[in-house]
Amino acid sequence: MNPRMNRTDVKPSVTPGVRLGQVSFVWRPWIVCVSLLLAAATFLVFCLSIGVGDFPIRLPQVIATLLGRGEQVDEFVIMDLRMPRALAGVVVGIALGVSGALTQSIARNPLASPDVLGITNGASAVAVFLVTVSGGTAAAIVSSVGLSAAALMGGLGTGLLVYFLAWRRGIDGLRLILIGISVSAVMEALTTWLLVTADIRDVAQAQAWLVGSLDDRSWDEVQVAVWGTLVLLVVVAGAAFQFKPMHLGDDVAAGLGVRYSAVRAVLLLCAVLLAGVAVSAAGPVPFVALVAPQVAMRLARCPTPPMVASALVGALLLTGSDLVARTALPVSLPVGVVTAAIGGPFLVYLLVRANRR
Amino acid sequence: MVTQSVTGVESKSDQASRLAARGVTVGYGARTVIDDLDVAIPPGVITTIIGPNGCGKSTLLRTLSRLLKPSKGTVVLDGDDIARLRTRDVARKLGLLPQAPVAPEGLTVADLVARGRHPHQSWLRQWSSDDADVVERALAMTGVSDLADRPVDALSGGQRQRVWISMTLAQGTDLLLLDEPTTYLDLAHAMDVLDLVDDLHESGCTVVMVLHDLNLAARYSDNLIVMRGGSILAQGHPRDVLTAELLHEAFGLRAKVIDDPVGDRPLIVPIGRTHVQLD
Repeated sequence: MNPRMNRTDVKPSVTPGVRLGQVSFVWRPWIVCVSLLLAAATFLVFCLSIGVGDFPIRLPQVIATLLGRGEQVDEFVIMDLRMPRALAGVVVGIALGVSGALTQSIARNPLASPDVLGITNGASAVAVFLVTVSGGTAAAIVSSVGLSAAALMGGLGTGLLVYFLAWRRGIDGLRLILIGISVSAVMEALTTWLLVTADIRDVAQAQAWLVGSLDDRSWDEVQVAVWGTLVLLVVVAGAAFQFKPMHLGDDVAAGLGVRYSAVRAVLLLCAVLLAGVAVSAAGPVPFVALVAPQVAMRLARCPTPPMVASALVGALLLTGSDLVARTALPVSLPVGVVTAAIGGPFLVYLLVRANRR
Repeated sequence: MVTQSVTGVESKSDQASRLAARGVTVGYGARTVIDDLDVAIPPGVITTIIGPNGCGKSTLLRTLSRLLKPSKGTVVLDGDDIARLRTRDVARKLGLLPQAPVAPEGLTVADLVARGRHPHQSWLRQWSSDDADVVERALAMTGVSDLADRPVDALSGGQRQRVWISMTLAQGTDLLLLDEPTTYLDLAHAMDVLDLVDDLHESGCTVVMVLHDLNLAARYSDNLIVMRGGSILAQGHPRDVLTAELLHEAFGLRAKVIDDPVGDRPLIVPIGRTHVQLD
């Protein structure tokens, strides 16, 4: 069926719609263009990132191999050695971008992100605890569920704790952020205390985890992150329609027939889980979740964080940072260092801009 | 009770009211604001709830619009218990404008008003030409068509309130609940918004609103609900209800009620302590 534009019967001020059979949606060409460009850029950086290494592979060969027409040597290097890392970058970026877009939309505040809401620090505290505390139980937990899964549970637990502490006849954005910052600070203090008191060899391992890195990802770890993210994205996409009026506040949303408490609880849980999946796959990569939705909003010229564009900006930022971390500098840096170097100044820019208004 | 309609639209005369509260008790946490209250909203007219600060007028409006759930009693909408209806179905019958709503920075007027179509949309059918037509009409009716591409936050207070009312209109209901639609507006803009509310009433809407200004309430309403301490002191046409005794009882206000020199409604002249010359 051909797409039919319904734009001539109304004045151009009202957004035109597009109809494909039973499906109809708002047609916003700018956002579609921006999203396609972001997707293309992400794919390019993804391929470049795969090509970089001790055994460099040029871009055409990378693309040929991805399409299944490469040489056998390239195929082994790409599919077995480099693909998990590159894919982890994309998936973690998407998860963080969407998680940030959700938390910022729910709190109606651009400063809300999984970092600020304590999810990241909660996961870190648990991971550092398990690494540094030598003892039967900790070792047993790590060996049975793995450090990543334990960190995921830590992040999830902290996120839920913040949600319930902030709940007072509904969720107020500012209250959520303040409680998130407080709980986050406690978790950070706990992490610092563990690092100071722990054995120096364990500290090195914990520090490596804390910076956030895509090094040495295995297919098994990446698969968990990919499937987890996919399932959560389906849930988010399903709830996204009900979420649209919630940018106008709870009362207006209720007036428009949205059961906002339920929608918000589901989406906040998705945000926490997405951040948790990201942290468990790559460690606490800072600032991506905060910056990606804000960049996406400005690129897509949206008043609220656009989900698809936020996901793509997150993926581009993370794969791009990883590429920079591995190539532009004489020493190979963990990706978390580069995202912090880009994200930190951007946060300052946002704050300065808000102050001047 | 005043049920005389000036709309020319045939209101459902077989039912006394479209919206009513029956024995509702509402509060926040342990604090009870409204205790065992009965009220019926007459169809086809403008009903305004007035009363001193903290008397429960906003609470009553929020209860009628199912934003607050009564701990006892029921709210009845078109014969059904509102608590048993799907919130989406309620949104197709009852439009609500909360007090001082805030739009995200940068959201355009057309996009805000378009959100009013939400109760009529679904995941697959997110936007249709019907929606576009209704939004276009809502913009025109509230006189904000020219502002359609402007960001809501760049408008003046009066324009902004028109835009929000436009969004509520786009919902396509003939029952509108407005919580203090004139908050933060100067008198000229308040009159402007209330003239718009009167236009909506003329076009067949039943309106329930909360107002602070008694003279504006008297001028623009056909039915006044006067509240104090969570219960209703009086209800009826402004001419019948607004007396010096009632104002003293409800607000503790000394006032003289005279004939409005430019209208057929009563005019309240408050008597303070200074600059007063009483005969």
